[in-house]
Amino acid sequence: MTRVAIVGAGPAGIRAAAALVEAGIRPVLLDEAARPGGQGYRTPSPGLDLDMAALMGSEAAHHARLHGLFAAIHDRVDYRPETLVWAVDGRTLHVATQGRAGMVAFDALLLATGATDRVVPCPGWTKPGVFTLGGAQAILKDQGCFIGRRVAFVGSSPLLLLAALQYQSLGAHVAAVVDTTPFGAKLAALPDLAASPRTLRRGIAYRTKLRAAGIPVHDGAAPVAIEGRDGVEGVRLRHGAREWTIACDAVALGHGLKPETQLADLAGAQFAYDPVFRQWLPETDADGRAGPSLYLAGDGAAIGGAYAAEASGTLAAAALLADHGRPQPKATLRRLRQEVARLRRFQRGLARAFAWPAGQAAALPDDATLCRCEGITAGEVRRAMAQPLGPREVNRVKAITRVGMGRCQGRICGPALADIVAAAAGLDHAAVGRLRGQAPVKPIPLVLGAEPAG
Amino acid sequence: MVKNVQAGVGQFVPAVRRHGAPIRITVDGEALDARAGDSILAAVLLRRRALRRHEFGGELRAGFCLMGACQDCWVWLDRERRVRACTTTVTEGMRIDLDAPDEEPASFD
Ligand SMILES: Cc1cc2nc3c(=O)[nH]c(=O)nc-3n(C[C@H](O)[C@H](O)[C@H](O)COP(=O)(O)OP(=O)(O)OC[C@H]3O[C@@H](n4cnc5c(N)ncnc54)[C@H](O)[C@@H]3O)c2cc1C
Ligand code: FES
Repeated sequence: MTRVAIVGAGPAGIRAAAALVEAGIRPVLLDEAARPGGQGYRTPSPGLDLDMAALMGSEAAHHARLHGLFAAIHDRVDYRPETLVWAVDGRTLHVATQGRAGMVAFDALLLATGATDRVVPCPGWTKPGVFTLGGAQAILKDQGCFIGRRVAFVGSSPLLLLAALQYQSLGAHVAAVVDTTPFGAKLAALPDLAASPRTLRRGIAYRTKLRAAGIPVHDGAAPVAIEGRDGVEGVRLRHGAREWTIACDAVALGHGLKPETQLADLAGAQFAYDPVFRQWLPETDADGRAGPSLYLAGDGAAIGGAYAAEASGTLAAAALLADHGRPQPKATLRRLRQEVARLRRFQRGLARAFAWPAGQAAALPDDATLCRCEGITAGEVRRAMAQPLGPREVNRVKAITRVGMGRCQGRICGPALADIVAAAAGLDHAAVGRLRGQAPVKPIPLVLGAEPAG
Repeated sequence: MVKNVQAGVGQFVPAVRRHGAPIRITVDGEALDARAGDSILAAVLLRRRALRRHEFGGELRAGFCLMGACQDCWVWLDRERRVRACTTTVTEGMRIDLDAPDEEPASFD
C-alpha cells in the first residue's frame, strides 16, 4: 500500500486525508498544532465560553462541516498533532514531537502547510502590543482573548475588516481600521473580484457594518510609527500631507498572507515569481503536482482562502491517487480544477485590491528594526549593500547582515527585505531572488538526551 | 524579570469566560495563576504588558505572530528546554524562566 504523508491539518489537509481514506488509504497526518483545523478554521482551546458559530458568522456551517468531517475520519487516519516536520530528506520526514525526534517514511508527500501573515514593518513595530492581524484573530479563536483594550487594525488585507468586526461584535473597542491601499485601487480590481460575487458582497457588508458601528475606516493612509514608551500608546498615520495619531494600546498589523513554502523547497519544488502577489510561489500543475510524488494544496501552494484550500486538498489527493494506479473520474477532476481556478482568480483580485505597499517597505527608515529576531535595522542592510562589491541578492544580504538568518528563518522580515534590497540595488523586485528554505524549517526544541520517538 | 508597565494590567483582555481549572505556574520564580487551556503566552499577557526582554538589546517583547511563526516568544520550560509560549499549554506546576539557565544545554536548533 502507498504510504502517504500529509503535512498540515487545516482545510486542505483534512480534505486530502478524507479523499485518501475514502480510497482505502490510511495517511499519516502531521501537524505541529495541538488541535485540527489549521489557521482560519482553528479549534478553540477547551473551556472557553466562545460562541464559534457567532464568531465564524457566514462561515459557521463550513467550519462545522470541516470539523465534522475530521471527526468522521479520525480513526482511519494516523493523526499526529503537536508534531513539527522540520526537514524533508528524500522519502523521509524529520519530525519532533514534544521534544523528541523521529522520522516518517513516505511514498507520496502532500504538503498543506498553509500561510503566515505578511507584514510591512514600521518604526515601533517590535513594541509589546503590536501583533500580526492573523495573530489577532488566532488569539481570539484559540484563547478567547483580545490583543488589547483599544485596538487599531492597520495594513492591507480583506481580513482587516473581518477581524475588526469580530473584535467589535465581542465587545472590544476598535480604535480604527487603517487600510493602506487607496479606494481607487480596489475599484480597479473589481473584474477579478467578480469571480466570487458572494465573497465580494460579504466584504462590502463588513464595511457597512463597521461604519454603522461608528468605527472610522481610513483608506489610503500609512502608518508613520507606532508610538509608546514600554508598550503601544498610539499609531501615527499619514495621508498625503496630513499626519495624525490614533490612541490605542494594541495594533494588529497585516498586509496579506504568504505561503509556507519551506518544506516544499526542501522537497524539491521549483519556484516562479508572481508579480501580482509579489511573491515566489512553488510551481504546480493545475492539480497540485510539484514534483515526483510531491503534491501541494491550500494556502501553502497559492493564497486562495479556505474554500480553495478545501477544493485543492481534494484535488491534490485525487492527483496522488491517479498517479498511484487509481484513476479518478474525469468529471470530478474537471469540476475541482474549475473551482480552484475560480477561487484563486478571486484571490488575485484581492491581491490587487489589497496591494502589498512595496514603497512603504522600501522606505523603512534607516533606524527602524527590520529583523526582529536579531534586532537588525534597515540601515544596516543598506550600509552593507553600499560597500564596494556589496551584495545585491537576498541570500547574499542574509549571509552578510544576518537578516533572515534568525529563528524565524526570514518568515517575518523576508518580504520587506526583498523590497529594501530591490530599492537599494535599483533592481526589479523579481531580480533580487528569494530566501531559500533551510532545515530545520523551525527551531527544534529537543530535550537533551531524549530517546527518539518511533 | 519583566514587570508590569501598570501593575496588574495585562496586554491581553479576556473576550469571553474561561472555565478551566485553576493552574499555578511560576514565571521567573513568581507565582502566576492561570487556567487549564491557557497558552503560556496568554497566561502571562493576561496579567502583564510584556513577556520577555529581547536577547540582543534588552527591549521588551510580547510575541508577534501568535501562531508559531515568528519565534519571538521562546521561554525556558522547567530549565530543561525552550518552548514557544504561544503554542504551549500551561500545566500544573510548570516552571517558566525567561532567561537561559546558567549552563545552557545545547538543546536549541
Ligand atoms: C494566523 C492566520 C489567521 C487566519 N485567520 C483566518 C480567518 O479568521 N478567516 C479566514 O477565512 N481565513 C483566515 N486565515 C487564512 C487561512 O490561510 C485560510 O483560511 C485557511 O486556513 C487555509 O487553509 P490551509 O489548509 O491551506 O492551511 P492552514 O489552515 O493554515 O493549515 C496549515 C496547517 O499546517 C500546519 N503546518 C505548517 N507547517 C508545518 C510543519 N512544518 N510541521 C507541522 N505542521 C505544519 C499548521 O500548523 C497548520 O495547522 C488565516 C491565516 C493565518 C495565517
Ligand atoms: S508569537 Fe510568534 S511564535 Fe509565538
